Amino acid sequence: MISFVKKIVVGFGRFWWDFLVGDTPELFVAVVAILVVIALVSVSAGANAWAVVLLPIMVIAALATSVRRAAAKRP
Amino acid sequence: MFAVTMTTSTLVLVGAVFLACAVEMVEALTIVLAVGHTRGWRSAFEGTAVALVALSALVAIFGPALVHVPLNVLRLIVGSVLLIFGLQWLRKAILRSAGLKAKHDEDAAYAEAVAELTNLDPGVNRDRVAFVMAFKGVFLEGLEVVITVLTLGTSAHRLGLAATVAAVALVLVGAIGLAVSRQLSSVPENAMKMGVGVMLVSFGTFWTGEGLRVRWPGSDASLLGFITLYLVVTWLLVGLTRRATPVTSKVAA
Repeated sequence: MISFVKKIVVGFGRFWWDFLVGDTPELFVAVVAILVVIALVSVSAGANAWAVVLLPIMVIAALATSVRRAAAKRP
Repeated sequence: MFAVTMTTSTLVLVGAVFLACAVEMVEALTIVLAVGHTRGWRSAFEGTAVALVALSALVAIFGPALVHVPLNVLRLIVGSVLLIFGLQWLRKAILRSAGLKAKHDEDAAYAEAVAELTNLDPGVNRDRVAFVMAFKGVFLEGLEVVITVLTLGTSAHRLGLAATVAAVALVLVGAIGLAVSRQLSSVPENAMKMGVGVMLVSFGTFWTGEGLRVRWPGSDASLLGFITLYLVVTWLLVGLTRRATPVTSKVAA
């Protein structure tokens, strides 16, 4: 029974690891960084305009970096 | 103004869910058809039916539970998951368009499934293997659909609509596949995946911001701005990556 539960928990954890991190850990790290930066910016008074501009720019930077990283890995 | 913004977000939601479901269903259908043609339709239909029941149960269990999570927290979690998921899809689609990654080939996937079923050891229960193969194909592809439906549906308070659109996509792709009785290799999967990636990243940006109390100019209508922005960025990245890649590194489609 315990080994069955352990198997389910491990399988569940592995699914989410593969789903969120998988072979693109840089995207996971980038999204965590985006959350931290935008959370810090959005608590500052009058900083909404910065958050509005910064969030999509950081998303684009994350995508471009990941694509560039994959392209550079090619022989 | 209210009607216009409601229509915008609803249309984007319907488009994203429909395309995501259609792409995943095409991939699942390929496996089901391979099982049906090789081992008979009973195992294929049984495996598909059990997988669909399991997936429906997941929506029924987690859907109502997610509705009780505070909206800002839900949108932050869902936005983050959609950002990661959407960026992964978009990255793959860009690499495929730039010739750095082989495109998903339904003909090859079909041949691989048929070979796996025909080359089984004589002692193996072939119908059981066929059932498991159909179940796994539908369940694993369907799991991504479930996550898309749950995240997009609950955050927009449109879980019923998202589930209905997913069901329509499933029935439509299934009916077309069964009518032509072959894998849908001519479907432009990469273009569809690129479209879904752009929409998921757009929703992810929007809801991550909403969850962190960012006030988007134009509210829901800003989704269209994000879609346009990310489409342009995707187009630029495909062009730049293609130009920067030597011909010898490119993968045949």
